[in-house]
Amino acid sequence: MSENVGRRGFLLGGAVVGAGTLVTACTGNEPQAAPQAAASSPAPAATGGNDVPGEKVVIGFSAPAADHGWIAAIAKNAEATAKRFGDVKFKPVQPTNDINQQISAVESLIAAKVNALVILPNDGQQLNQIARRASDAGIPVVNLDRVFPDKLSYRTWIGGDNYGMGVAAGHYIGTALKEKNVADPVIVEIQGIATLPLTQDRSKGFADALKTYGFRVTARQDAQFTVETGTSVASNLLQAHKKIDALWNHDDDQGVGVLAAINEAGRNEFVMVGGAGSANAMREIQKPDSVLKATVTYSPSMASSAVKLARLIAQGKGMSDLVENQVPQSITLASETITRENVERYLPLGFES
Amino acid sequence: MTNHSIRRPGRPYTGAGLLGAVGRARHLGLVLALALLALVGLVTVPETFATTSNVVTVLALAATIGVITVGMTFVIIGGGIDLSVGAVMALASVWATTLATQSYGPMVMVICAVLVGTGAGLLSGFLISYGRMVPFIATLAMLVAARGLAERMSDRRTQLVQPGNSALVDLSSGRVLGLPPIVFVFAAVVVAGWVVLNRTTFGRRTYAVGGNPEAAKLAGIDVRRHTMLLYGLSGLCCGIAAVIIMARTTTGSSTHGDLYELDAIAAVIIGGTLLTGGRGTIGGSILGLLIFTLITNLFILNGLNTSDQLIAKGLIIVIAVLLQRRSLRSRT
Repeated sequence: MSENVGRRGFLLGGAVVGAGTLVTACTGNEPQAAPQAAASSPAPAATGGNDVPGEKVVIGFSAPAADHGWIAAIAKNAEATAKRFGDVKFKPVQPTNDINQQISAVESLIAAKVNALVILPNDGQQLNQIARRASDAGIPVVNLDRVFPDKLSYRTWIGGDNYGMGVAAGHYIGTALKEKNVADPVIVEIQGIATLPLTQDRSKGFADALKTYGFRVTARQDAQFTVETGTSVASNLLQAHKKIDALWNHDDDQGVGVLAAINEAGRNEFVMVGGAGSANAMREIQKPDSVLKATVTYSPSMASSAVKLARLIAQGKGMSDLVENQVPQSITLASETITRENVERYLPLGFES
Repeated sequence: MTNHSIRRPGRPYTGAGLLGAVGRARHLGLVLALALLALVGLVTVPETFATTSNVVTVLALAATIGVITVGMTFVIIGGGIDLSVGAVMALASVWATTLATQSYGPMVMVICAVLVGTGAGLLSGFLISYGRMVPFIATLAMLVAARGLAERMSDRRTQLVQPGNSALVDLSSGRVLGLPPIVFVFAAVVVAGWVVLNRTTFGRRTYAVGGNPEAAKLAGIDVRRHTMLLYGLSGLCCGIAAVIIMARTTTGSSTHGDLYELDAIAAVIIGGTLLTGGRGTIGGSILGLLIFTLITNLFILNGLNTSDQLIAKGLIIVIAVLLQRRSLRSRT
């Protein structure tokens, strides 16, 4: 109801634009103004000239239900970012882990004629057709993280780099072990759910990066991304290897359980690296005596960026630091390595598991 | 069918009869299977398998599901089934780790977990015995609802045991006589379960109710009340398991105990308890569980993957049930 009023207000505003009734007097309020703005000032201020209020847009948001700290942070970040913009009306739908329900949720957003959609699908394959329908209806879709197979289904994809996570973890461990001059090290890897492509990408990146140092993974076991499975897999692995040089655990939520098992076994002879970048892992990294020395990010802050991108696309703006007039088609975030040295900078981005 | 189910209630008295011999023989099979697995461990990974710390790890791993298995054995002998065990344990762990509960200290957390578990179990039991719901359905409903409530309470977050309550975590990381206290908790629950099942009226009634509820009723047993109490007992075990999982993982979470019901039921079946009720032993269930835990341990020690583990476990369930059927036929 209210967004209808908003759009009518916008149309009205467009009609009487010459009257100059808009106090903010922002040129971005006129659809035609965007290319002009880009042409006249190709390099806006670093603070992002794009953040000044523009035309009012409604952004629909659909994501899986949070059964995991990371997903919870995705929804929270998206909402928080949308709230920072006076020109964005944020329209989230009930989060769900049921494919059918997510399809009907997105359908309701299409019916509501939102200006842009941000979708983190439960499964890219299965949600593809509904995203395609949104795109066909002229609603730009920002595809968050789990990719739709059909490029006609989305305007822009933004997500993390699973392979890159493995690479970052591999480089951290490789460098650390080279410094210590360890020959033939015992390197242990605890995966998340092994059947997921994202897990396989992470493991491949890890193995590839280690190979550049002449190292290989000694033992690999999968857990289920849950604390409890992390504990039981880790406690068995610690028995299997009496001396470990390095351990990479794919996920910080599950890492709480892995750390519990390590503490229970009283082991600290190795370097542990986490994955994702939870606030809890960061606090652990801050402790000087913790085995957890680093974590490689797969940050849910990407949801904030996705909402910003959706806003720019709906307003017809480009990214201020790029030369192009339009938002890029695909953005892969780099996996960053958080250590004791830089953890302070990352703490605000950390999510509570 | 009814023939031996009438005789079943008497089983605890006649420890020496034909039934006792079969029972002992079956346990012999389980012990042999366990010994075989241990032998595999000794041959394939001698330097890591036969260490005290590995034995401690296996026992600590078995503790959580082990406690649940004791409760499950009672329910199944009593002719029912409890699918809600994993979810109820998760709910108890979440309830006990909310910041509000944690502010009262570790003792209150333990009491809270046990009460929540028992309460949920009694509720399922009430629905089954007085609401005349099929156990499968009533506990399935409890599974879904308890998991949902746990997610709602925790806001789907992992709740850490606060540093002030680390006494709870010491149950797992501390050592008494070289073993973590949770192993003693596990042992105490097993012994208590055995005593209740074999040496008390409650235990004898459990066999009677599961073997032939009509006969039990005629014998003057309040079948409904007894059934409700059985589920309460299972819930109590889930509460104790929640304490163990909190100690082990330092957290309470709605994701705890996923599919524990299947592991517990599998252990009970491998242990020779009939799904139809009326017959079974605690010892068998625990041996069944240890076999499962040892398989996981052996596979990880040998660096094999989870998929092969699942295949092995599936095969063991099939073999156990086939053997069970043969021994049943030989008795009639």
